[in-house]
Amino acid sequence: MKRLSAAAVMVLAGVGAARAEVTLIKNATILTVTKGTITKGSILIRDGKIAEVGQSVAAPAEATVIDAAGEYVMPGIIDCHSHIATEAVNEGSVSVSSMVGIPDTLNPEDIYIYDALAGGVTTVNVLHGSANAIGGKTVVIKTRWGKSAEELPFEGALPGIKFALGENPKRQGSPSVFRATNLRYPATRMGVEDTIREAFNEAKIYQAEWNDYRAALARGEHPEPPRRDLKLDPLVEVLEGKRLVHAHCYRADEILMLLKVADDYGFKIRTLQHVLEGYKVAKEIAAHGTGASTFSDWWAYKEEAYDAIPYNAAIMTKKGVVVSLNSDSEELMRHLNDEAAKVMKYGGLSETEALSMITINPAKQLMIEKRVGSIEVGKDADLAIFDGHPLSNYSKVVKTIIDGQVYFDRAKDVAGRAAKEQEKAQLIAKEKERARKESEGQRRARPGAGEQAPKPEVAQ
Amino acid sequence: MKHLLTWFGIAALAMVAARAEAPTLMAIRNARVVPVSGPAMARATVVMRGGLIVDVGEAAAIPPGAWVIEGEGLTVYPGLVDALDSVGITEASALEAAPAARRPGMGAPAGPTPAAGPPPAKGPEDRPMTSSWLRAADLVKPEEPRVATLRSAGFTTAVSYPMRGIFAGQGAVIDLAGERGGDMVVATPAGQYITMRSGGFVSYPGSLMGVIAYIRQVYLDAGHYKTVEGMYEANRRGMKRPDYDRALEGVMESPRILLPADRKVEMDRMIRFGKELGQATVLYGMQEGYRSADLLKGAGMPVLVNLKWPAKARDGDPNAYETLRTLEVRAHAPETPSVLEKAGVKFAFYTGGLTSGREIKAAVRRAMEAGLTEEAAVRALTLEPAGIYGVADRLGSIEKGKIANLVVSKGDLFGEKSEIKYIIVDGKKFEPEPESEAPGSGGRGPMTAEVGR
Repeated sequence: MKRLSAAAVMVLAGVGAARAEVTLIKNATILTVTKGTITKGSILIRDGKIAEVGQSVAAPAEATVIDAAGEYVMPGIIDCHSHIATEAVNEGSVSVSSMVGIPDTLNPEDIYIYDALAGGVTTVNVLHGSANAIGGKTVVIKTRWGKSAEELPFEGALPGIKFALGENPKRQGSPSVFRATNLRYPATRMGVEDTIREAFNEAKIYQAEWNDYRAALARGEHPEPPRRDLKLDPLVEVLEGKRLVHAHCYRADEILMLLKVADDYGFKIRTLQHVLEGYKVAKEIAAHGTGASTFSDWWAYKEEAYDAIPYNAAIMTKKGVVVSLNSDSEELMRHLNDEAAKVMKYGGLSETEALSMITINPAKQLMIEKRVGSIEVGKDADLAIFDGHPLSNYSKVVKTIIDGQVYFDRAKDVAGRAAKEQEKAQLIAKEKERARKESEGQRRARPGAGEQAPKPEVAQ
Repeated sequence: MKHLLTWFGIAALAMVAARAEAPTLMAIRNARVVPVSGPAMARATVVMRGGLIVDVGEAAAIPPGAWVIEGEGLTVYPGLVDALDSVGITEASALEAAPAARRPGMGAPAGPTPAAGPPPAKGPEDRPMTSSWLRAADLVKPEEPRVATLRSAGFTTAVSYPMRGIFAGQGAVIDLAGERGGDMVVATPAGQYITMRSGGFVSYPGSLMGVIAYIRQVYLDAGHYKTVEGMYEANRRGMKRPDYDRALEGVMESPRILLPADRKVEMDRMIRFGKELGQATVLYGMQEGYRSADLLKGAGMPVLVNLKWPAKARDGDPNAYETLRTLEVRAHAPETPSVLEKAGVKFAFYTGGLTSGREIKAAVRRAMEAGLTEEAAVRALTLEPAGIYGVADRLGSIEKGKIANLVVSKGDLFGEKSEIKYIIVDGKKFEPEPESEAPGSGGRGPMTAEVGR
């Protein structure tokens, strides 16, 4: 608790402090996502994990009880595409920026973490931007508001890297006076493909250098070590399956291009992001084993995003693609439940299929489905409690729980607002008072009031 | 017999005589002496010869022939040390030594055309915004105007750094007087000044992530460089000679690095980064130090606290929305020194762009109003910076054998009505120059203005 920030203490007052080992949520409608719906059900949480789920759950006397009568519990929402909680998004100066990474700039005090909690979001894939063909390293975090940067990452989740296709990476540089001197390659979609291929050619040579070096060491030789290259290390990890690729894309042609490049070099694209024309090539995406993380109905903000339809998620699902709905926005992130509901109208998916797109499906895409994404015994107690069915846009999150701890409590937040406003008003008043006194003091100290400067003197 | 001489007269005489001999023997008698290294003495004498303190104490004898300053009613402190500055370095001398790296955040370049600068960097191999080999010791000049301004505020010493770019260069501990630059240098190199500046979409690194990755790559390269150099030294014949890289040479000869950290998240990030680099680290900035005592205490790194407390922009929109955190930081930043004192975190002050003695004193007094003791305030401007930079054997207190750097005031140094009477640098006596009226018009160039960042 020592490292909680002042702001966090205010928000969590009495919430985090009451950390109990055992919590019972009772009388709730439980949307497990993978195991159906339980009415008047209970969830027993022990040491941050779900210990029991069912209609009759025996809880020890010391358990903290949350009575969720009339409320709905669903798995904590997972957002597979976000840029919150970081102090940098794009390293846009170069076309391959794999040497940089979001883990270096995590900001646990970003208020959008708290806002995400208010929307029931508990896990976030924090991505580098889309300024370059191969972008920076990415990280999966839990929205543990009040914890330090080191405590945000999702333990054991594989690291990722951002790729980007299309208009953004072929931008040649910012329009500025420097434009003429900073014409960045590539300028076309052909060039984007070439940039990715060249980077992996380089990575393969680098990988071979290190393998030769290690083999020579093993033979007892003393060779000159190769230079570590932070740009190529992550690409070798991609080749070795130790780092997941999340690729920003829109058009069907560039999607097929990327899947071909990955096949040629022997790695996998883990997720296609945005993928607004995914419905045109859903079979090919499914065959590659790639997930798709898309918007419900956000498009037409640029030419390459024109040929989009609201049935995209449903069509890809029906063709066997694991589909998630993401936010890419700190605002949209607060109502991903509404986004999920739209696929029932456009595409006729079931309630469970809709909820899956913001829970178990993104968990599968991030390969953390054994830990989160559904309400099952043994999984992390990451839960969102709504005051109505989460697929209704009249419903609000009342509590958000991560690792069994309540990180967001709407009633407490609302109750604490007046005190915060008062604190703010006091600080503003004090600052004005100080400024007034200082200007008075300066007026008094104007020359004329002071004494004559004394003469220098050396005496013996 | 009493001689009344202006200092200018003495200086003129000194210039005629051999330079090193100028002030031979001087004493301040019957003054209150605050040695910092020990308890204050109510009525004592300090004897200086050849720029060093040769005796101090209540019973110290004044050798015959000494120039004597009557200390009745005066208090003698060790000369103040500004722990981070670029004083003595002119923009011109820095530019001459390292042509401007492409500077971020400046928008369209004024004056020189972009073509005059280096081309945009395409990766760490271009060593962007790097002049790690620059040495303040080679750049400082006593006639640089801020030397006299800072000295008039009671400072005898500063740790001065080149401040352009990411790896800006090596600092030096300098005394604020001398005939030529070399006279001023007490210790070099003092450390490498590092910033987190970036070049936007224009030039690598273009983001905070990029800067961190760049610094990390440079340290990896330095390690590799050392390994390969070692192999080459052992077996020159038959091995291709390694490339010489002045950027890496500069990084390797730095005894410590200075990393910027104003906010708590920055402190946490830079503490971990300094440890990852395996390099002795000093953090500078510290606006949110008031809420980071445990973090800093746990890190065991010394910190430099910027005396220029955050303030609402004078010409800002008075109705602009401000977060609670922003308001908190402005209200509580001056509590930082007091919080660090109580937590036992080693800290020193730096002036961070404040110029006049009046501004600096007001900033120290603000910290004292917020709970900092006067003893700790004086230590943070004397013995603490000396300790952090490894020169406490020569500077920072009034003790036999130390450099004769003193500030003599009427009243407690940071008292409301106090007045600095003399500043003694390397045994040479100066009097404060009159301050200009307008606050902040002390003629500091843009280099210093960047310290606070």
